[in-house]
Amino acid sequence: MKPYNLLVTGVGGQGTVVASDILAAVGLEVGYDVKKSDVLGLAVRGGSVISHVRWGERVHSPIVPEGRVDVLVAFEYLEGLRWLDQLRPEGNIIVNQQRIFPVLVSAGRAEYPTLAETHAALRNATQNVYVVPGLEIAQGLGNTRTLNVVLLGAFSGLTEITPEVWINVIRKRVPARVADVNLKAFQRGREALSQSRLKAEEAIA
Amino acid sequence: MRVMLTGNEAIARGAYEAGVKVAMGYPGTPSSEILENLARYQEVYSEWSVNEKVAMDGVMGAAYAGKRAMFTTKQVGMNVAADSFFYGVYTGMNAGVLIVTADDPGMFSSQNEQDNRHYAKFGKMPLLEPADSQEAKDFVRVGLEMSEQFDEPVILRTGMRVSHSASPVELGKRVWDDSAPTPPMKRDPHKFVATAVWARLRRPLIEERIGKLAEFAETFPYNRIEWGDCSLGIITSGVVYEYAREVFPNASFLKLAMTYPLPPKLVREFAAGAQRVIVIEELDPFLEEQVRLMGVAVEGKSIFPSYGELLPATIERCAVEAGLLPASAVANKRDVMLKNLPPRSPILCPGCPHRSTFYMLNKLKYVVAGDIGCYNLGAQPPFDATDTMGAMGASIGVAHGFDKARMPDKAVAVIGDGTFFHSGVAPLLNMVHNNGKGTVVILDNHTVAMTGHQDHPGISKTLVGVDGGRVDIETLVRAMGVPDVRRVDPFDMKAVEQNLKEAVEYDGLAVVIMDGPCVFVELERKAPFEVDADLCNGCTLCFRLGCPAIFKTDELDKTGRPKAGIDPVLCVSCDMCRQICPRKAIYMLTPATASGGAQ
Repeated sequence: MKPYNLLVTGVGGQGTVVASDILAAVGLEVGYDVKKSDVLGLAVRGGSVISHVRWGERVHSPIVPEGRVDVLVAFEYLEGLRWLDQLRPEGNIIVNQQRIFPVLVSAGRAEYPTLAETHAALRNATQNVYVVPGLEIAQGLGNTRTLNVVLLGAFSGLTEITPEVWINVIRKRVPARVADVNLKAFQRGREALSQSRLKAEEAIA
Repeated sequence: MRVMLTGNEAIARGAYEAGVKVAMGYPGTPSSEILENLARYQEVYSEWSVNEKVAMDGVMGAAYAGKRAMFTTKQVGMNVAADSFFYGVYTGMNAGVLIVTADDPGMFSSQNEQDNRHYAKFGKMPLLEPADSQEAKDFVRVGLEMSEQFDEPVILRTGMRVSHSASPVELGKRVWDDSAPTPPMKRDPHKFVATAVWARLRRPLIEERIGKLAEFAETFPYNRIEWGDCSLGIITSGVVYEYAREVFPNASFLKLAMTYPLPPKLVREFAAGAQRVIVIEELDPFLEEQVRLMGVAVEGKSIFPSYGELLPATIERCAVEAGLLPASAVANKRDVMLKNLPPRSPILCPGCPHRSTFYMLNKLKYVVAGDIGCYNLGAQPPFDATDTMGAMGASIGVAHGFDKARMPDKAVAVIGDGTFFHSGVAPLLNMVHNNGKGTVVILDNHTVAMTGHQDHPGISKTLVGVDGGRVDIETLVRAMGVPDVRRVDPFDMKAVEQNLKEAVEYDGLAVVIMDGPCVFVELERKAPFEVDADLCNGCTLCFRLGCPAIFKTDELDKTGRPKAGIDPVLCVSCDMCRQICPRKAIYMLTPATASGGAQ
């Protein structure tokens, strides 16, 4: 089986840690050795969050080696931009179409990159960029907390792991009362991947 | 059954399986999740003690009583507990004691980067370092068995990466008969009373024991040699072993699990079998110095840094410089980053009760002796209010020193409720007794917020969710004999300002208790606030509150200053901005006003 180095990044409160837990469990389920490392930052909420997840035959380090990320799953544009140099040249980026301004930006003391700059930088790091309207899909399902599972659904489309494996793990990991909406979220995310690929002409700064 | 567990979850599971009966500690990143997870097992008594020393004494008591016990702390908490585990080395116990310290290489959430492996050598205790979650779980049992065999506490040391990384763990059963009654204490005062005359008699035993432990380490199964290519031999331990294994997939390894004392024969055997021997370790040259004392020629800190996290990328770069790897082994960092990305700095939450105090301290320009907690953010913009911060409970002693040095500046100590109980009570008593003059501000948000909302003696629930005794801070402070005590609502900006001013002007010792709950403890969410753009003139006062909900809009006033806006999703209507707005431009968005009606 092909080894994977995954980075899941986002803002505290977006559900990245549950997403990385599910990724780890899926890897274990299909027979990989798995390690995972979370860095949650100082902020109780609203800080940068990053999880490293590694699938392989035998995984030693819980940290993805520098410059060897296969897939970067960014829950927010800026938190994707922060890790571009960790990506392999042929790596994949799945980014949720959402901007969350840090306080420095909302207080007018720093600039958030424009959408055009952002898309150009993503496309410059790799040709394989998928801009998924994750928040929009989750809102459409009436539960914004399913954002993480929408993005996992999109990611699942890049792997050969069958949807059944994902569905079983998600069912076990999320509370029973929201299991159905999360399974829908997974499906919508998976369907969204193919239409989300950023074309070269959409990424000119 | 194999499950993914973090290192901290695995330690909790290990304590459960190994028959730990009593576990005590004090919260601190990256150690807090150990007791939080252990608290789920009813067979184990778990508590957040008031501080690390009290926890360590409690653990010793449980072990004198014949029960396996475990103490948990972050690295700096070991300094607080040290006085108590040092005597444990002399007295021994009637059951195993495990000391778990979670260090913080890279200083993700600590004031220093101390390498707690030195405590093993300092206290003359054996030291275990797990490399992953399976070892973290297993070493709890192994450590307790060693503690019983050698009759002294054993240290289990993790770091942020082992504590907060997850890997597969094979679960086992609890090896303990919980229904057996506790027999009376096996009393042995000549052993358990470390008075000079008796402790002196035990002193030679401690040296003898370290020799026996080094002998034990020779055949300790978790210390192992992995022979590969013999041109390079690597001595390493902990998570750094896992990193090094990836950077040097073909080298020979001496993987040490017990890192104090070291097994001299095993080290010499390994060194003799490899052409070039290096030590790869994070932080201090702890292993390197021990190996060099054996007369074995090794390289270590001449190649690798002695501070910061020793990540795989750093190991690679240093190895290339030292000629251990070809330059082609390192992936080139690609120049694909956008410049000047704005940081996402930690910030006081919307609705935080601490905000008013730091807004006023900034305005009043007092010198502030700070302490450890969320309110440490008072040192950051836009408050820039805090002048000193060093250790838990330090603020009050530092302010006392300001006073006794006759510093002319107006000054206050600022300390949270959890930190006050942890180590602020004694320095306040000291001020009372030694005629200290000054102002101590206790930010009582009814929780230990920064580490994840744990309990303390001011809260009526304990770690395991049962009712516990609650100590009222005001009553306690009055009972100490503090002459001027004020309890203030921190959401009342005028009251905060007036009471701070009066306390600082008072010629004696004053305590101001800012009594308001953390937004995570208690939150009454009313309708959010809104800015009337016609009234706002961009004066910037509300921006100085550093509230994540308040932002600069694109709309400018006549003089070109951006007007303020409020994010209705983030605003929890704490009311502070409305009170300080000189133009009365901020009002609560109610259904009536939203549709244009008058407030």
